[in-house]
Amino acid sequence: MKPIGILRFLGTNCDADVLFGYRSLGLLAEYIWWADRFDFKKYSGFILPGGFSYGDYLRCGALAAHSPAMHDLKEAAGAGYPVLGICNGFQILCEAGLLPGALTKNLSRSFQEEWVRLQSVNGVCIWNSKKEIQLPIAHSMGRYITSENEMKRLQDQGQIWLKYENNPNGSMNSVAGISNQAGNVAALMPHPERAIAAWMGSADGRNILSAPFENRM
Amino acid sequence: MKNYKVEIMPRPEALDPQGRAVKGALSRLGFQAQDCRVGKVVFLELPDDQGGIENVKEMAEKILANPLIETYKVSEV
Repeated sequence: MKPIGILRFLGTNCDADVLFGYRSLGLLAEYIWWADRFDFKKYSGFILPGGFSYGDYLRCGALAAHSPAMHDLKEAAGAGYPVLGICNGFQILCEAGLLPGALTKNLSRSFQEEWVRLQSVNGVCIWNSKKEIQLPIAHSMGRYITSENEMKRLQDQGQIWLKYENNPNGSMNSVAGISNQAGNVAALMPHPERAIAAWMGSADGRNILSAPFENRM
Repeated sequence: MKNYKVEIMPRPEALDPQGRAVKGALSRLGFQAQDCRVGKVVFLELPDDQGGIENVKEMAEKILANPLIETYKVSEV
């Protein structure tokens, strides 16, 4: 199997966790450096991990979204390759225009780190998971917003992927994760890579990380 | 050389937690502000052959501001 590419930007800090996650699933994964161009056909999918790329300068994800490696990621996304953004990765995908909407300051105005219960919505997303899952969040800019029209479109087209049971950050319609119209590009604010074994408190993140690659395991 | 200023503000309808926090601090100091909003300013120095204000507007649209949540105003200074 071709490896899964994990993008590293300056300030990404969940890259090693994602790599560890894939190794524990028996899947091959390797890093892609933000400044490098890459041949997307050499990979089977891509992860944009969490962190604080560029120290959240300008806006979360705004500077990373325009890195050299993102040119090729956009090509891969257009060609239907699986792409998943986690936390800061979600912010980067929105800023890059690969997903609609924006992530803004939590309603609490605080950094929130807690376990959340989520419901997976039946839709087009290929990064599917079990119906009801538990994952940790760790963010201060996680409040998802978009226009009313866009939200309606997301719902009608099955692009809402995950919803919080008890909306922790004030996200519009309790949205925790969305996908593009094709379903191959998806993102969520909670951290699946921090929930891949019972000793971590939950193993519900395993399905999410492995979903598009199941036939290759 | 030409100088430009890009003023970026959170959209009026968008929640501005920073402005709200500053307003709270002002009132604790005895200042009464009806409203307080916090944005940012980007100063740019452009060579003459680098287009004009239209070029700066493109920068604002592309990266400096996120039109979904922010408004921007470009001016020559």
